[in-house]
Amino acid sequence: MSATEIFDEMWGTDGQLRAPYSGFHDWFDNEDPGRLRAKQREAEELFRLTGITFNVYGKAEAEERLIPFDIIPRIISGLEWTRLSRGIEQRVRAINAFLHDIYHRQEIVKAGRIPEEMIRRNAAFLPHMIGVEPPGGVYTHIVGIDLVRTGPGEFFVLEDNARTPSGVSYMLENRETMLRMFPELFLRNRVRPVQTYPFDLRRSLAACAPACAEGDPVVAVLTPGIFNSAYFEHAFLADQMGVELVEGHDLRVVDGRVAMRTTRGYKPIDVLYRRVDDDFLDPLNFNPESALGVPGIMDVYRAGGITIANAPGTGIADDKAIYSYMPEIVEFYTGERPILQNVQTWRCSEADALAYVLDHLEDLVVKEVHGSGGYGMLIGPTASRKEIATFRRKLTARPGNYIAQPTLSLSTVPVFSRAGLAPRHVDLRPFVLVSPGRINVTPGGLTRVALKKGSLVVNSSQGGGTKDTWVLED
Amino acid sequence: MLGKTANGLFWMSRYLERAENTTRLIETGQRLALTRLGDDAREWASVLQSAGSYPAFMASHEELTKEAAINWMLRDRDNPSSIRACIESARQNARLVRTAITGEAWEAINAAYMTARESLARKVTDRDLPEVLQRLRQGTALVRGMILGTMMRTEAFDFQRIGTFLERADYTARILDVKYYVLLPSVSAVGSTLDNVHWESILRAVSGRGGFRVEYGASGGPREIVHFLVLDRRMPRSLAFCVGKIEDNLRYLDPEGRTDSLQKVRALRAQYLSHDVAAVFDYGLHEFIQSVLSALGDVAVQIERDFRFYE
Repeated sequence: MSATEIFDEMWGTDGQLRAPYSGFHDWFDNEDPGRLRAKQREAEELFRLTGITFNVYGKAEAEERLIPFDIIPRIISGLEWTRLSRGIEQRVRAINAFLHDIYHRQEIVKAGRIPEEMIRRNAAFLPHMIGVEPPGGVYTHIVGIDLVRTGPGEFFVLEDNARTPSGVSYMLENRETMLRMFPELFLRNRVRPVQTYPFDLRRSLAACAPACAEGDPVVAVLTPGIFNSAYFEHAFLADQMGVELVEGHDLRVVDGRVAMRTTRGYKPIDVLYRRVDDDFLDPLNFNPESALGVPGIMDVYRAGGITIANAPGTGIADDKAIYSYMPEIVEFYTGERPILQNVQTWRCSEADALAYVLDHLEDLVVKEVHGSGGYGMLIGPTASRKEIATFRRKLTARPGNYIAQPTLSLSTVPVFSRAGLAPRHVDLRPFVLVSPGRINVTPGGLTRVALKKGSLVVNSSQGGGTKDTWVLED
Repeated sequence: MLGKTANGLFWMSRYLERAENTTRLIETGQRLALTRLGDDAREWASVLQSAGSYPAFMASHEELTKEAAINWMLRDRDNPSSIRACIESARQNARLVRTAITGEAWEAINAAYMTARESLARKVTDRDLPEVLQRLRQGTALVRGMILGTMMRTEAFDFQRIGTFLERADYTARILDVKYYVLLPSVSAVGSTLDNVHWESILRAVSGRGGFRVEYGASGGPREIVHFLVLDRRMPRSLAFCVGKIEDNLRYLDPEGRTDSLQKVRALRAQYLSHDVAAVFDYGLHEFIQSVLSALGDVAVQIERDFRFYE
């Protein structure tokens, strides 16, 4: 992990065109930049028309923004993908086994591989789930694994998203847009399809239906509502799966089942793909102020009357403090060495680690254990002295709230800029579906790209964009 | 289908229909102003009354001018029934029911919204008004076309149709109500230029000028116009036509005829739309329209209840 050499996925570190990009490069070289600029604008129009926007929190109600889309695809070879997808599958298998163990016998704690207080004192640990058997034994029906790359074969897991990972609608719409605008590109490159995702999702969810489901299981998507930042995605997925999109006030518990209010009375739901956080899921069992959830749904769930996807309490597996134990977790449950590496992580709750972190703040990235979206973090190398001083105080006051990682030199992929191709840093979020006995990794995923030159922050809430991600059939 | 979704479809189409009808109202008002036969302020007052927003307009304006009235109906932020507000609300409802309409229908609504936002970002000048109104109406027409051409004939379609025809019936009734005095034989000197202009403006407001001339000939007067707008089932904006469509679509939703909404629509038709035009004048045109408007309101409330829009 050298901090000086930046690996570009098209040009490597030595300026030699890498093989996966050769077909694309031939095409690009013969394209008129003027036409491509027009296509870039056309793509934006297309996104506006289909309404792929996200609502910005804290902005006026009418504010809907587009996530910028870059027309240069990010290309991964079939061989690279084989290794990646095996690693992802292994990790997801371990996460599910870990969750089952944590809410049952806690063997991993007994074996001394994870300190007990990491579980017991963890805000993401949900006592309501102790002893509960989720239908089909699946905890994380949908997972997004955030990966970064630093070299040809060097992929690292930056974060596991085991609660309600978002972004899959962009993966699908990015591909649709590319197919519509550059059909010829797909004739010369054999790109593995992603379009079956909504169908796979429905099938995967249906396969996890509770025993009481009769016939074709009734699936629904639960959204917090139209003002949620990801509302477009919730509606998109419900539409693509051909299932109802419901809100808390459409649901109530009727005869031991969770049922939705239809024009012909209440109809029971078998599988609820919820995009509402645990805390808001059930005002009777969790946050009593929540208007987004369904009173009593946890009681129905524990009695086996509904499948909730993902299961409540899965946050314990993607907590940033637990993340640092993932290599042990993978080994403990699979008996194999982890195929995908973690980024080196210092747990500031440990005295030695804290001392090291405080000494090296200007070189490290420090993150809140429960934070997300790129908020509440310190990027040492680009922070001002004042920011570092402020952060030092926060860190000293509550060390257990933070972890630290080295600043990785993330790989770059070219974006289409005014001056032609220009390298920008990227990450990758592949999406994984889990059903009994089956783990399905969609080839590709969502590539997020920092559009500002040199920036390492790819989050859409902070000016990041997205790209279509290709996995080639080699 | 979810009760909430039925509600969203119902209102999406009501708002679209309202936006489109308002473009006709403005056009009619503008034409009357150009002919300069009537009293300008009084004409715009009647236009605003037809739009149902005269009191709200007067509460926020010191005087009634053509410019202010047009701006009010097109884009004034204080008017929840302006064309801009209607199209925004239609799109908001469409987002809510995104899963119940086709992608093409959604894109058409979104396109209509983008057109409205762009055309109504600034005050519209007299010179641009005809083109802007046309563009707005093309937007809503495209939505209707996409819905007709791509949506499955299931519940979602029926609720969408019911919303459209309730709004349309309501609008036609209000046009008649505001102008009823020019249609009363006792008041108007039949055949005067002024009357002809008024009659024509009523027909224009429901896009019925051509149809009326073809079907009723050149000599048609108030009695024929009332027949045309109230009882003629060939006229797609008449009360009888709209109520017939509402009844048809309710029957698709409720083939066994168990709902009170269906009973109420049938009663409405039997009581008010099954006689000849003489009966309407005997009843009293104004009273007749008031009764129909209130019966339509009743039906709307009953549909909300029967199909669990809210609970």
